[in-house]
Amino acid sequence: MDILDTPYFGLIISIFFFEIGLAIYKKTKITLLNPLLISIVGVVAVLTIFNIDMAYYNQGGNLILFFLGPATVILAVPLYKQISLLKKNFVPIIAGIIVGSITAIVSVIVLTNIFGINDAVAISLVPKSVTTPIGVEISRQIGGIPAITVGAIVLTGILGAVIGPGVCKIFKIKDEVAVGIAIGTASHALGTTKAMELGETQGAMSSLAIGVAGLITVILAPILINML
Amino acid sequence: MLILRQFLIVLAVCLSGEFLNRLLNISIPGNVLGMILLLTLLLTGVIKLEMIDKVTKFLLDHLAFFFIPAGVGILNNVDAIRGQWIPIVTVIIISTILVIVTTGITIQLLKKKESV
Repeated sequence: MDILDTPYFGLIISIFFFEIGLAIYKKTKITLLNPLLISIVGVVAVLTIFNIDMAYYNQGGNLILFFLGPATVILAVPLYKQISLLKKNFVPIIAGIIVGSITAIVSVIVLTNIFGINDAVAISLVPKSVTTPIGVEISRQIGGIPAITVGAIVLTGILGAVIGPGVCKIFKIKDEVAVGIAIGTASHALGTTKAMELGETQGAMSSLAIGVAGLITVILAPILINML
Repeated sequence: MLILRQFLIVLAVCLSGEFLNRLLNISIPGNVLGMILLLTLLLTGVIKLEMIDKVTKFLLDHLAFFFIPAGVGILNNVDAIRGQWIPIVTVIIISTILVIVTTGITIQLLKKKESV
């Protein structure tokens, strides 16, 4: 259909489902009903049901995708705002994020090996704990499939938000800084939304962890993949 | 005009990040180098928060939205994950729990040690 052969189509259905996702999330407050997840499912459903070629969607999609670059760069702003909290607890925070980031990378490589998941998919799961713009870049860099990485990142984020506070309780992680950094390192911005509900310190620490864990993973992922 | 001017600052930082990536020929993505550069410029006061506040708000408020096309791209890769999604989800669950526990316990131990 010719009418789909415009950038407007992809833009409109993306915004449409995002608005629906936001409305559902605001009404239900259920972490699992994340606006991004709803949007992806909605757009995929429309493309599949009406058998619409991805090339049509991508005309609009690529315009949206462009903003990922500036969005990654701008993550420096929340990091800048939290810099005093970071300075106060510098050693524990940095050590914690390094340990967490190494755990994230190594556990994925070891577990995908045990479960016999094929290499391209396994590699795509490696940056699952970092924020999407950085994760996509890492995925590209290490030879993963960015779309699978995005799926894994969204899933990890929702999971961290849902089970994060419970896991902390079970393992007696009570310190507010530790809880915030742990949730942020494991599940980036989506986990941070939950950490903010736990308290101001937890939220601030979690958002700090997003940027730092992203930077550390960028450096460590290629090195660890080569070693294992 | 104001938003365009703010956007220009952010785009200039993005471009510099890409430039650094090619110049240094390192594996850190241009966008991430741009982020480090912007942080440096903010810390040194070369760029003030209010010089980019409107663009920052726009980009951060709509962060999730910008990922929709990347996520939709999974349609092109259904064959790659067919029949593997249960192990994939299992790996993600176990790994996420491990990350939370190791990170949290490390920080708690080090903070106790520092305060002693």
